Amino acid sequence: MDLLLVDWALVFEKLILIVIVVLASLGIALYTTFAERKVAAVIQDRRGPNRAGPFGLLQPFADGLKLIFKEDIIPLTSNKALFVLGPGLAMVTALLTSAVIPWGSALDLDGRTVPLQIADINIGVLYIFGVVSMGVYGVMIGGWASNNKFSLLAAIRGASQIISYELAMGISLIALLMLTGSLSLKTIVEQQMGGGWGGLLGWNIIYQPLGFLIFLICAFAECNRTPFDLSEAESELNFGYHQEYSSMKLGFFLFAEYINMFISSALMATLFFGGYDIPFVNEANLAQSWGPNIVAFLGVIALLVKTVLFIFFFMWVRWTVPRFRYDQLMDLGWKKLIPLALANMLITGAVVLWLNK
Amino acid sequence: MNITEILFWFLTALAILSALMVVFSRNPVHSVLWLILVFFAISGHYIMLNAQFLAIVNLIVYAGAIMVLFLFVIMLMNMNSDSEPQKNKWLKMAGTVAGGSLLLILVAALKNSEVQYQKVEGAQGTIGLIHNLGKTLFTDYVVPFEISSVLFLSAMVGAVVIGKKD
Repeated sequence: MDLLLVDWALVFEKLILIVIVVLASLGIALYTTFAERKVAAVIQDRRGPNRAGPFGLLQPFADGLKLIFKEDIIPLTSNKALFVLGPGLAMVTALLTSAVIPWGSALDLDGRTVPLQIADINIGVLYIFGVVSMGVYGVMIGGWASNNKFSLLAAIRGASQIISYELAMGISLIALLMLTGSLSLKTIVEQQMGGGWGGLLGWNIIYQPLGFLIFLICAFAECNRTPFDLSEAESELNFGYHQEYSSMKLGFFLFAEYINMFISSALMATLFFGGYDIPFVNEANLAQSWGPNIVAFLGVIALLVKTVLFIFFFMWVRWTVPRFRYDQLMDLGWKKLIPLALANMLITGAVVLWLNK
Repeated sequence: MNITEILFWFLTALAILSALMVVFSRNPVHSVLWLILVFFAISGHYIMLNAQFLAIVNLIVYAGAIMVLFLFVIMLMNMNSDSEPQKNKWLKMAGTVAGGSLLLILVAALKNSEVQYQKVEGAQGTIGLIHNLGKTLFTDYVVPFEISSVLFLSAMVGAVVIGKKD
């Protein structure tokens, strides 16, 4: 039986890791919805949700239950199979990216090293691109299958926005990859460790500030967040691509946005802000005195803190900046960000060549 | 059968089945979605040949970019099998004969080639890895590589010229 000759411990370990990462993403996304309402409330000088549970902490569960118990309507003239496929695809593509993010350094369980990363593939950054480019389909299929003019318009808007900003995002990352020389996210994080000034000088943000800025703007556009939420602009398109959706299918679309936000925040922390690198701490020394497990755990917390800061930034921008007009959006993407990213790439390439000589 | 073989046959069956569904679907949007599935199956084959870079680039370029544009056009035109003009019956027959002849020629050409005697190296070759592929492209094949990029540039310029003509 060749079939049974697999490293079952490895399969088991990865399975547990996948379940934990998916559940954690869902949980964090759940509470991000709550945090968004609270942040909005603070910015607009209101109280925000405070009825369900202490400080309104049970609000996301109440919202979820409400969505599940609502009537699930599939419009008669819609394309039924694709109508169901749309939100499912949006959810799956949102979760898939988490597979290559290194959440922490390796654990040491009885001599067995367990890396806190689902898959350390040597094309990690490209994998993320692949999944992000698949993310368009959830919106497009959902919008088209609804058989509604507003939905179709919104879906086409959303898709053209996502493919436009993917270009600038890719070019800004090429500049980063010239510095790292590796596509593996684990290697990228390890290279950022142990720089000068408490480790902060090792982070890629120091070497690629412009690249980071472009990446950040494109991440906003890819997540369909304000100021780029043109595909759900309620004042022009009623409700955007999920207008015909109800119950948990609508919930999936809305929820996928928050998972996307969490994953792209984690990605920015990993690529530009040292990932699970704890600032002002030498991990190697700490691992000798405290053991690798505690250091790995602290690393996960460091990554999560950076991620949460980025999520807060996403919200802060959403409740501060008004929405772009469609022509302004395309102008920014094609005429400003792409030339800027190209210049950044050329300059980085020239500097790398010059320094290597 | 070990896991590699099971995966191989699964991916092969998936690729052929979805390719057939591309042709047989009556709804053009469904055809595009089946075609995306074909690309996924082929990428799976690339991964089994240890060509991860090719696999992911195949997904990004074909499934992620080109198919989105296909979907765009089809959704905007909103084609339905009822309202579309049906092709002539003789034209369909001629198409079937022409396609069948192409299949015959391909099979005949492959049957006598040396490809069938070469065993595929599963998950062993390293040429598909990004480092080796990049080195090969930019040293041994740098001229054809640059010429093909000029080809793309001219296509882009052409598209801009056509787009500005109104």
